[in-house]
Amino acid sequence: MNLSEAQNNTFLEEVVEASNVNLQACYQCQKCSAGCPVVAAMDIMPNQVVRQIQYGRREKVLASKTIWICASCHTCSVRCPNDIDIAKVMDTLRHLSLKSGLKAGEGEIPIFHSVFLDSIKATGRIHELSLILRFKLRTRDFLKDAALGWEMFRRGKIKVMPQSFTGGRDIKEIFSAYEKGHGR
Amino acid sequence: MKDVTYYPGCSLHGTAREYDESFRGVSQLLGVNLHELEDWTCCGSTSAHCTDEALAVALPVRNLTIADKYNREMLVPCVACYSRFIAAKEEAKEHPEYLLSPYEGKTSIRYALDFFCDKPLINELEAKKTKPLSGLKIACYYGCLAVRPPKLTGVKHYENPEHMERLMEILGAETLNWSYKTDCCGASLVMTRTDIVTALSQKIMRMAIETGADCIVTSWPCARPESRRSGPSRGNRSGTCRTCG
Repeated sequence: MNLSEAQNNTFLEEVVEASNVNLQACYQCQKCSAGCPVVAAMDIMPNQVVRQIQYGRREKVLASKTIWICASCHTCSVRCPNDIDIAKVMDTLRHLSLKSGLKAGEGEIPIFHSVFLDSIKATGRIHELSLILRFKLRTRDFLKDAALGWEMFRRGKIKVMPQSFTGGRDIKEIFSAYEKGHGR
Repeated sequence: MKDVTYYPGCSLHGTAREYDESFRGVSQLLGVNLHELEDWTCCGSTSAHCTDEALAVALPVRNLTIADKYNREMLVPCVACYSRFIAAKEEAKEHPEYLLSPYEGKTSIRYALDFFCDKPLINELEAKKTKPLSGLKIACYYGCLAVRPPKLTGVKHYENPEHMERLMEILGAETLNWSYKTDCCGASLVMTRTDIVTALSQKIMRMAIETGADCIVTSWPCARPESRRSGPSRGNRSGTCRTCG
């Protein structure tokens, strides 16, 4: 990175402003990555995410697998000696990634979230069967989990019909505000 | 008789219905009168907080606003919903612009496990137990969100909590010291990166077996299908969680 890049690091400013987390307090002790349960599946480690943001590498971070693999377990945030809430930063990076139009580093995870939210919008409460069907239709992977699904159905854990739902107007308003970008 | 508001969340009405049954049973035994929150909707769960900061607050707060009509605590047995509620309550104070209608935030939100571990309920549980768990060696598994982030959960010993152990010992069980009681099982990735969830759950189950546990006890809905799915080998019942199978 040259000096002009450093002076124009709008990505760092963008993340700090959106998350309200002081990323510049990081001294790269790597405690976050050492305790991260899913680090093996990540392409850049949590401490490297912080560094890459400081370097202004927007695309590298927002198109990474890491931000979607993060399971929001909060171990990193709890153990950070500088009180950097990395779990919160990961949330912010996911939000920025969705808005950026960049291809997500993990295909199915953001699709699942979008299907999950569609399900809430439609029925207020999650109806597991329709959630799974919506997800399978989007990913076209019908066989994975089929045996487990049948077992759960057999035990009466999967209801055929959604529950009755009366909070529709509120949910509609909340989603319409979200779609218009309310509060941001 | 103590009156509380009860937020079951989607899973206790669906895949975790046996948790709902046992939760209602224990509440009745202890004289806790559950009033299911009328007209409740999904808390938004992982998907809302991974997608949009305002939606992640607005969805849970819709329920909290209904709960504010009553002068009662709100009990939440699902740890994912609990986590979203306590986070949204704090965020709503900082960012009222995320909400469409005013929210007072006067209802206190209690995680079911913490609620039952408190005095006087834990003493009452001891007095009213009918079938002691004597002879059973238990590995108590808290997972992530029952303890983290401690700023919100208020759990003092978040790296090595022991309140569930106290509860199990009062019920007559022997509890074991083990390493993975607050380790992540990866639940939020269960539908998408099942390989990660399987690896993490197996690691946890193996450690429990190595410690000499007869079973793992969890206080939340999602751990059950995952632990069951990933028992060390199919057909090896000692490797599956007794609470679910």
